[in-house]
Formats: sequence, structure tokens, C-alpha cells
Amino acid sequence: MANKVNVAEKLGVNKYHTDEHNPHIQVDKEYLDRDEIERVVRVCPAALYSVDDNGTLFFDYLGCLECGTCKVLSEGKVVEDWNYPVGTKGVEYRLG
Amino acid sequence: MAEEKFDCIIVGGGLAGLTAAYILAREGQEVLLIERGNYSGSKNMTGGRLYGHSLEKVIPGFARSAPVERRIVKERLSCEENGMLSTVEYDSSKVSTPEGESYSVMRGKFDKWLAEQAEEQGAMLVYGVRVDDVILRDGKVCGVIAGDEEMESDLVILADGVNSLLSHKLGLKQQTRQDQAVVGVKEVIGLKEETINERFQVASGEGVAWMFSGCMEGCDGFLYTNKDSVSVGITMQVENIHKTSYSVPQMLEEFKNRPEIQALLSGGSLLEYSAHLIPEGGMDMIPNLYGHGVLVAGDAAALCANLGFTLRGMDLAVESGRLAAQTAIAAKEKDDYSAEVLSDYQAALESSFVIPCIQGAEACRSIVESGAYKEEPLKAFNDIMEKQNIR
Repeated sequence: MANKVNVAEKLGVNKYHTDEHNPHIQVDKEYLDRDEIERVVRVCPAALYSVDDNGTLFFDYLGCLECGTCKVLSEGKVVEDWNYPVGTKGVEYRLG
Repeated sequence: MAEEKFDCIIVGGGLAGLTAAYILAREGQEVLLIERGNYSGSKNMTGGRLYGHSLEKVIPGFARSAPVERRIVKERLSCEENGMLSTVEYDSSKVSTPEGESYSVMRGKFDKWLAEQAEEQGAMLVYGVRVDDVILRDGKVCGVIAGDEEMESDLVILADGVNSLLSHKLGLKQQTRQDQAVVGVKEVIGLKEETINERFQVASGEGVAWMFSGCMEGCDGFLYTNKDSVSVGITMQVENIHKTSYSVPQMLEEFKNRPEIQALLSGGSLLEYSAHLIPEGGMDMIPNLYGHGVLVAGDAAALCANLGFTLRGMDLAVESGRLAAQTAIAAKEKDDYSAEVLSDYQAALESSFVIPCIQGAEACRSIVESGAYKEEPLKAFNDIMEKQNIR
């Protein structure tokens, strides 16, 4: 089994203009299919989806890399609504 | 801005949008390009490697002044089978024309430069504005809406990237399926220029593009040398998440932890971590490319070709931007932005290298998928190199 990866540390080197008040992605926290949730958790390159011991889904949009992978995987199931952050906000690639 | 009407509004300041803006402004059109990031390139990433031929047509000799990282002189392909890694190298240094060259680039720098060139031609670029919708009247696209502001134009070019929410809203594009999109995740690792030269056995200004296939279930690895950093990453078809127990970040870590990769990256420090979707659905994924008053270009139009071991998207984006601009010029001359006139854009893409490249990709992929390269890797590799040379 693969090691745990500290993705938060990697995101820490990135530059963000965080928008604390406007989540640009809406997640269905009542969604029941555990397998589907587990795949969304694994597919996010920024590891922003997590599930606690009770099976509750958490999502932190602030470190989002705006790739859209969760949207494509989820097909409207766990990820109910996906948009870009409003203008000027979100990740800012200096290198890209 | 309400009274002003532009000839063309372009949504998205990536390579497709900027190329269109550059040409239209040069031709004297009133062009407004709207980018949601704070500068062009701030939302973009590539592995990545730019094949120069299509931008060469727009800005001859661009690589002399543009911030390219290194000219690619070596292509390496490593394939693993039964725990054995074999590597073949293709010498790309013999390319003698600018049209044949390719470069490692970083979009945060490169797109910013191209944006400056477009502005010099007279294009108006607005940053930090997210376009939320298009203005639609009687089935004709008449401009764009950002927040509570409306901006009008005869033509809108949607160059809003792989997740193009606008072309979906307009009904031009279907929802992307899991089997049509590949997620790319990349780390940029800072290393001294001389260290890179030594480890990759290249001279300053010369670089390597290196693909790794079969190393891990469901994903491929890549390495590109930049001037004083190395891009290291993986790509995985989104659908493949069903086939593995790994997470995407774990896959990247596994790849980086391979001894041969570690040796190349040791002592380096992480400069940036990025991710992006790649539209790899081939011809099936291409949306309706035009409508009344609207054209779709670049990643938004899914103009990307997976040629087995290499991926091309940026040169296709540039060409589509150029052809969209040409179509826009003809439409303005006729003062007719109907779908019928704008359909010339699709015809132009079909007779350019863009659509043949995407169609040809299937032939390259079938060589890879057949596994034939494992028995005769050299033959298959050269075969692919030959086939992918569609300009």
C-alpha cells in the first residue's frame, strides 16, 4: 500500500488568492455511496476531499487547483456544482 | 463599456485566445480578451512541451524573444515490463528548421509574454474577470456577461479551457466523460542549471522530454527539463481511478520515488504543485465548433492529440486560435457572423494539421495499446515518432 502523502505541504508552496466566503464547488455531504465518495477522495490532485471515521465527507475548496477532475469523475453525484472561483481569486500559477 | 461594441470578444487568455487576439488586433479589429486570472498563464499549466511550428506562422522566430525554457533535443521513452525498465532515446537535435523545433515552456511565463505581444498589436486585455454567461438573442451570441456587466460584440470566441463551462451552457459541448479526460499532476523541482545539464547530459538551452510508460497501473510518468527546474509528473485517465487503490497524489509520489527519478531530482526543492485536465477524447469529444456569433478554440474545443507517448495540445490551440481569427476576419468583411459563414472555421481546422493530427492519434495509440512496442520497442518507437510528425 502506498505511503501517505503530505499534499498540504505541497500546496503550501503555491500562491493563492483565497476567497474565504464563496465556495466555488458545491459538494453533497449527504451522499451515501461510500465507494463513490472514496474515489472522489482519491482522484483530487490536491487531496481536498476527506472522510472522517463516521463517514462524513469534508471538502476544503481553498487549496483547489481548479483542474475539474472531481467534476468529471463525479458526473453531478458527489460534486453537485462546479464553477471557477470568481475573477482574481483562487490558485495563481507563477510557473505553470 | 455598455455603448461600446467590439468586433470580437475572446473568453480566456491562454494560447488559443491570445493567438486569436494577436491576429485580430494586428488586422485592426476591436478586440477584447477577458481572462479570469490576474495575468495570462496564471490559471494554465502544461507538462510541458510546445511544438513551435504553429506559433512560428504567427510570430516568426518567436523563440528568440519568448521565454522558452529549453529547446528539446532528446526524447526518451522508458517502458517497464515485469519490473525491467528499458529506455530508448530519440535524437531530436537534427531538426534544422524553426518549424520543426519544440521547447519546454512554463505557461505562467510564456502566456504572459504572448499576452504582451497581443497588447502591442492593440488588443484590449482585461484580467481578473470571470465571464459567467453569453448574451443570447434569437439564437445569436451577441456578447458576454460577467457579474452584472454586459459586453457586446459581433463575435465571441470561447477559449475558456478544457472545462469550458460556457460552451456547455450554450449547448455546443457535452459533459466530459471519465474516459475522455486525463488528469495531469506536476511538480516543478528547482535545480541549478548546471546540475540539470550534467544529470541529463545536455548543454545549456537544450533539454529532454522523457515519458515513462507501464511503470504503474493506470498512469504514465513524465519529465521535462526547464532552464533551472525539472517538471515531473504523472497523467492518468480519470476513469482509471476505478482500477487502482492509489490516490492521484500517491501515484505521483510513487513515480518520484523510483530510484532513477530520485537520482535526477535529488537536492532539488519544490517550486510549484499544479494539476490540469487534458481533453483526450479524440474526435468524439470535439464539440460543435461554431454557432451564430460564436467559435470555440483550444482546449475548450478538445483539440488535443494523444500520440501514444506524447501529447500535443498547445500547438493545436495556437493553430485553432489563428484559424478562428481568419474566420473572424472573413466574417467581418462580409459583415455576416451567421453559423453558415463561421462554419468555415471547422473546414479550416479539417484542412489544417489539427484534425488530421487528432485522427492520426488513434493510429499511434493503437501501436501503444497493442503492446507491440514491448517486443520491438525501437521499431514501434520510430514508427510513432514518424506518425506523430504531423505539421
